[in-house]
Amino acid sequence: MKTINEINEIREKTLSEISLRKDINYKGNEKHILVCGGTGCTSSHSDKIISKMNAIIEEKNIENVRVIRTGCFGLCAKGPIIIIRPEDTFYAMAQEEDVEEIFEKHILNGEIVERLLCKDIDGNTVKRLDELNFYKKQKRVVLKNCGMIDPENIDEYIAFDGYKALEKVLTSMTPDDVVNEVKASGLRGRGGAGFPTGLKWEFTKKAVGDQKYVACNADEGDPGAFMDRSVLEGDPHALVEAMAIAAYAVGATKGYVYVRAEYPIAVRRLQRAIDQAREYGLLGKGIFGTEFEFDLEIRLGAGAFVCGEETALMESVEGHRGEPRPRPPFPANKGLFGKPTLLNNVETYANITQIILNGAEWFGSIGTEKSKGTKVFAVGGNINNVGLVEVPMGTTLREIIFDIGGGIPGGREFKAAQTGGPSGGCIPAEHLDTPIDYESLSAIGSMMGSGGLIVMDDTKCMVNIAKFFLDFTVDESCGKCPPCRIGTKRMNEILDRLTNGQGKEGDIEKLEELAKNIKRSSLCGLGQTAPNPVLSTLKYFRDEYEAHIKEKRCPSGECKAMTTVTIDKDKCKGCSLCAKNCPVNAISGELKSPFSIDPDKCIKCGVCIAKCPFKAISRK
Amino acid sequence: MSENNEKCQCQCGCGGKDEREEKLVQIIKDCNYDKSQLMHILNETQNIFGYIPMRAQKIISEELGIPMAEIYGVITFYSRFSLEPKGKYNIAVCLGTACYVKGSQGILDKLKEILGIDVGGITPDGKFSLEATRCIGACGLAPVMTINEEVYGKLDPSMIKDILEKYQ
Ligand SMILES: Cc1cc2nc3c(=O)[nH]c(=O)nc-3n(C[C@H](O)[C@H](O)[C@H](O)COP(=O)(O)O)c2cc1C
Repeated sequence: MKTINEINEIREKTLSEISLRKDINYKGNEKHILVCGGTGCTSSHSDKIISKMNAIIEEKNIENVRVIRTGCFGLCAKGPIIIIRPEDTFYAMAQEEDVEEIFEKHILNGEIVERLLCKDIDGNTVKRLDELNFYKKQKRVVLKNCGMIDPENIDEYIAFDGYKALEKVLTSMTPDDVVNEVKASGLRGRGGAGFPTGLKWEFTKKAVGDQKYVACNADEGDPGAFMDRSVLEGDPHALVEAMAIAAYAVGATKGYVYVRAEYPIAVRRLQRAIDQAREYGLLGKGIFGTEFEFDLEIRLGAGAFVCGEETALMESVEGHRGEPRPRPPFPANKGLFGKPTLLNNVETYANITQIILNGAEWFGSIGTEKSKGTKVFAVGGNINNVGLVEVPMGTTLREIIFDIGGGIPGGREFKAAQTGGPSGGCIPAEHLDTPIDYESLSAIGSMMGSGGLIVMDDTKCMVNIAKFFLDFTVDESCGKCPPCRIGTKRMNEILDRLTNGQGKEGDIEKLEELAKNIKRSSLCGLGQTAPNPVLSTLKYFRDEYEAHIKEKRCPSGECKAMTTVTIDKDKCKGCSLCAKNCPVNAISGELKSPFSIDPDKCIKCGVCIAKCPFKAISRK
Repeated sequence: MSENNEKCQCQCGCGGKDEREEKLVQIIKDCNYDKSQLMHILNETQNIFGYIPMRAQKIISEELGIPMAEIYGVITFYSRFSLEPKGKYNIAVCLGTACYVKGSQGILDKLKEILGIDVGGITPDGKFSLEATRCIGACGLAPVMTINEEVYGKLDPSMIKDILEKYQ
C-alpha cells in the first residue's frame, strides 16, 4: 500500500525517465522506441518487431534505448506503427525484417530510414507524426495516453498525472462536489444515447440501498467499432481511476467491467491494471489513507449484441441469459443484483479524470453548446486512413472523412457514411457538412451511437447495406419480445426479396409499416432502433429501392442476382489474372486469347473486375 | 445421448482420467462456487475443451447447483459458446461492417468452395471448421479472418489457397 507521498515520488521519478516522449527539444542521448501493441498492429505482427528490437538491444548491449509496447496511435491503416522519440520519427508498415536497418541507421547513426517513412494522402512524405494530415484536426482527450505510455506499467500512467484526480477527489472534494463537477461539465454518455452523465450519477447517489455498484459497459457490440477496446488496450488505468472516482461519488464499494471475450488483449491489460492498482493500494481498503474502499472485477461477455443494452448487461453479469428487463425500474434504483447501480460506457469514464483535474469549465470549452468535449470514432470501410480518430464535438463529417480520413480510395465517389451501427443510419453526401453532435445526427435520421463510422463508396448498394444490418439484428434479437423477434425477420424477408430481384409493389410501404410498429412496441433499444438502417436509407436512397422493385435493377450493381459480369472480348488480353483470382473458378480460357465467364458458376463477387489490368470486365 | 459416456480420447496412458475435467473443477472452486460466475466458467470451459461438452455441463451443474436446463439455456444464448467440437483449425471470417464493406463475403465464399463446407461446418477429417464472426476489431486490416489465434488481414480471395496450404 502506498501513501500519497510515495505515489508522488513514483510520479516524479518516472516522469524524469519518460518526459522525453513529450519533449521534442530534449537534448539527452536517450531514445524511446514506441511500437503499437493494439489489436490492429498486433495482428500485423508488431510483437515480432518488439522481440527483435529487444534482442538487438541485448545482443549489442545498447544503452539508453528502450522499446515500449503502447496502445493504439490511431492510424491503423499504416500499421504496424513505430515512433522514435524524442525526434518523433514515424515509421509506417514496418516489418520484422526492417528492424536491423532501423537500428543500424537510425538508432546508432541518427540517419532516418527514408523508405519506411509514411506517405501522406497528398503524396508528401512525412517524417513526424504530427505532420500527418490525419492528426491535424484531432484533439486527444480520451486517447491522450494511447500511444504515449506502456499500458502495462502503472508507474508510467502515474507519471502523466495518473491517480492525481482520485487523490484530489478523496482528499479535497465531497461526493456532492464530484457529482456537481461532472454535471457542470455537460458530459453526456458516449455509449450511444447521450444521457447526461452527471444526472445519472446524481440519481444513483440519491438512490437508497445498503450496497451500491458501479459498472462499465465495455461490450462494444457495434460491428466495426473499436474505440472502447483501444482505451482498454492503451490506457486501462484511466478506466480504473475513473470508476473509483464514480464509486466515491455515488457511494459504491464494488465495480464490474463487462468486456466482450473477443477482446483478449484488452481483457489482459485491464486485469493487469487492476492487479497493479491493488498492489499499490489504489484499489482495496483505505485508499490514500482515507476511509474509502473500492474494488473492481472483470466480467466477460460471450458474443451477444443485446448484452450491450444496460438491463441485459446486468442479467449477463449475474450469469444469466442476456435478456433485457423492462424499465423502470432503472439501474440507478435497481440494477446489478437488485441494488442501485451506475452504468457508464468506457469512453464516458475515460473523460472523468480530466474533468476533475482541469475543471468542468475547461471541458465545457470543447465542443458545441449541447454536446461537450470530444468524441472518438472508429473510421472504417471505403476510406484511406482507416483508424481511430478523436475530434471535438461539432467537427463536420466532411472534415473527418476527407481531411482526417484522407477521402475515398481507388478514385471512387463518396456515397454514404453510416454511424450508430445497427441502431443508426446512413448519411448521404448532401449532409456531409453536418456538425457531429447528438442532436444534429438525430435530426438527419442517424445517431451518434458509440462511435462506429463506416464510409461507403459508390459501388455500395443501400438496399443491400440495410439488409446487412437487418441480418445482424435478426441474428442478435434475443427473442424475448415478439415485435423485435418476428418483426425484424419479416422486414429482412422483404429486403431479401428486393436484393434478389423479386421485389413487389407495396414492399416499401410494408417496410415502413413494420418499421413503425417495431419501433413503437419493442421492449428494449435493440428493437426500438433496429428499423433505423432501413428508414434512413429509404429516406435518402428511395430511388434505389424503387429501381430494385420496378426495374429489377440494382443501380450500384452490387446485388448480384440482378447483374451479370462479362468480359469484353476486344479489351481482354488473355493474361489469366481474372481466372486466378476468381473464388469459384468460373473463368476459363487460353492464355493470350480472350477469357470468358461461366454465368452458372459466377457468384458476381466482382473480384475479377477489380483485378483486371485492362478494365475489360464489367457488370451490367 | 452417446455423449454421456464420452471419455477422454487421449492416448497418453492416463487411463481415461481427464485433466481438463480436473482443471474445470479447480476453476469452479477458485470462483468460490459463486453462481454469478457462470459466464466466466463457461468461457473457461470453452477455452479448455474447445467447446462445451455434456460432461462439462454436468460438472458445472453439480458443483454450482444450477439445473442443467438453465446452463443449457445460457450456453445457447451466447454465440461464443459451442456445443459441438470445432476443427483442429477453426477459421473465422469477420463479417463486421468494415470488413463486409471491403468484401469479406467473397473471402467466405472462397473458403466455402475450397473446404467444401458451409458456415458452421467442419471438414470430414476434422481439420478445418468455418465460422462467420462479428468484428474482431482489426478494422484497419479489413477484410480479415482468423485461423485459431493467427490473424490474416488485407485479404483477397486469391490469397486463400496459399494460406490454407500452410495448415496442410
Ligand atoms: C442493443 C443495444 C446495444 C448497446 N450496446 C452498447 C455498447 O456496446 N456499449 C455501450 O457503452 N452502450 C451500449 N448501449 C447503450 C447502453 O444501454 C447504455 O445506454 C450505456 O452503456 C450507458 O452508458 P453511457 O450513459 O455512459 O453512454 C446499447 C444499447 C442497446 C439498446
